[in-house]
Amino acid sequence: MSTDQLRVGVLALQGAVTEHSGALIKAGVKEVVQVKRPQHLEGLDGLVLPGGESTTIGKLMNQYELMEPIRKMGQAGIPLFGTCAGLILLASRIQNQQWSHLGLMDTLVDRNSFGRQRESFEANLQVDGIEGDPFPAVFIRAPHIIEVGPTVKVLSHYDGRIVTARQDNLLAASFHPELTDDSRLHQYFVQMIKQNR
Amino acid sequence: MAELGTTRVKRGMAEMQKGGVIMDVVNAEQAKIAEEAGAVAVMALERVPADIRAMGGVARMADPTIVEQVMKAVSIPVMAKARIGHFVEAKVLESLGVDYIDESEVLTPADDKFHINKRDFVVPFVCGARDLGEALRRIAEGASMIRTKGEPGTGNIVEAVKHQRTMQAQIRRVAAMSEDELVFEAKNLGAPYELLLEVAKGAQLPVVNFAAGGVATPSDAALMMHLGSDGVFVGSGIFKSDNPQKFARAIVQATTHYEDYALIAELSKDLGVAMKGIDLTTISENERMAIRGM
Repeated sequence: MSTDQLRVGVLALQGAVTEHSGALIKAGVKEVVQVKRPQHLEGLDGLVLPGGESTTIGKLMNQYELMEPIRKMGQAGIPLFGTCAGLILLASRIQNQQWSHLGLMDTLVDRNSFGRQRESFEANLQVDGIEGDPFPAVFIRAPHIIEVGPTVKVLSHYDGRIVTARQDNLLAASFHPELTDDSRLHQYFVQMIKQNR
Repeated sequence: MAELGTTRVKRGMAEMQKGGVIMDVVNAEQAKIAEEAGAVAVMALERVPADIRAMGGVARMADPTIVEQVMKAVSIPVMAKARIGHFVEAKVLESLGVDYIDESEVLTPADDKFHINKRDFVVPFVCGARDLGEALRRIAEGASMIRTKGEPGTGNIVEAVKHQRTMQAQIRRVAAMSEDELVFEAKNLGAPYELLLEVAKGAQLPVVNFAAGGVATPSDAALMMHLGSDGVFVGSGIFKSDNPQKFARAIVQATTHYEDYALIAELSKDLGVAMKGIDLTTISENERMAIRGM
C-alpha cells in the first residue's frame, strides 16, 4: 500500500510534537493525528512517542487513560517509535526505579545517563538499516539502554552505549531525529508500518 | 566527535519543554510537589516574584545551596535566574550544572545597558520579551528560548496577554512583508535583519516562546496557550495559592488540554483561593519589572 493511506499518531501530551509530525509528513505519511485522548488512537497504523519529559508524559498518560490502550496497541503488533522520553516510556525496566511506564520493550534503560543539559551534544552515528551518510543525532539529557533482551536488535551505539534498538514492532532512540532535517529514521519507521499491514 | 552546547542542542532542550508548565520553587520540598504534579521543569529561586515585590531591596541570584538542593530533589530539568547583564552569576549557575538560565527582569538588573552575551555559554538561556523586536534582540545575544515578560508577581494576566498578542500580531504582519519592507521593519523593531527574515519565512519565532508573568489559574494558562504560547511559566501562582498540589496539577492539565473547556471547568472546581494578585493601575511605572532590560 502507498504511504498516503497511512494514519500515524504522535502522542501530544507534551514535548516535540510538531517536529515529529513534520518529519512523518516528510517521510511520506499523509495523515498525522495528535493523540491527547484514548479515542484519538482509533484506526492508527503507528504511533510516535516523542521527546519531552518522561515523568510528565507518563503522569498525563495515566491521568487520561492512555497507558493501557497504547500498551495494547504495542502488544497487538502496531509499530511504536519512541525517542528520548519515548524510549523510557517503552522500556520494561528503568534503572533506580521500581516501576516502568508501558513496559513493552525488553530493555533496561538509564535516564539522563549522559549527564545534564551542559553535557548534551550532537554526534554522527552509524545506524544499522540507515543507508548512506552517518545519522546526525541530537542528544538532550539523553537516556541510554543498559541491557537488551534476546529478541531486541541493537541498531547503534555511541561511546559504547546502546542508543538505538528495535524489537519487532518497537523502535527506540536515545536521541532526537525530529530535531534535524534528516528524516531517514522516520522513513525506517514508516517502512515498519507498511510491512505490518 | 561530540559537539557540546550547539544551537540545536540548546534550542532543542526548549522544544522538549513545549506544552508543559515550568514552576518557580524556593526549596526541595516545593520542587518535589512541582515534579509530582507534572511540571516539565522547575525554576529554583530564593523568593517567588510576589515576595520579591513585597520585600523590596536588591533581588539577586539564589544561594547555590538552594539550587543544589533542588537539583538533588528532582529528576526533571532545573532552571535558575541570573540578573540581567550579570554574566558572573550566570557562569556560577552554569558551573553548578543548572539546565537553563533565565536572565530575568524579576531580579534587579546588574547592567543598565547590556544583556549577557549568551553565546558564550554551553548552558542555554531563556529571556523575557514584550514584543518581537525585544525577542529578536535577545535571540541575537544567544537566547535559546523566549517568554513573555508579563508583570511578574502580580497574579494578573493582562500584561502577559498584551505581550503575547503584540508578538503574534507582529509575526503575522512580518510574514506578509516583502524583503525590502523587512529591511525597514528591522530598523523599526530594532531587530537584526537576518533574524527578522527567518521569522518572516517561518511565520514563527526561531525559538520556543512561553508565557510568563501573571499566570494564576488553570484558565489563565489555557488562555496563554490559545494566544500562541508554546508553554507556561508559573511563578508565584502555585505556592501563593491555598492548595499548591491541586493548583499545580490543574494548571498542568489545563495547559495540555487547553481546548477542552469542560475539563478546565472540572479542574477549576474547589481549587481554593488563587493568589490575591495586584491591580496594575495601583503600581507605579517604576515598580514595573517588565520595563527592565529592553
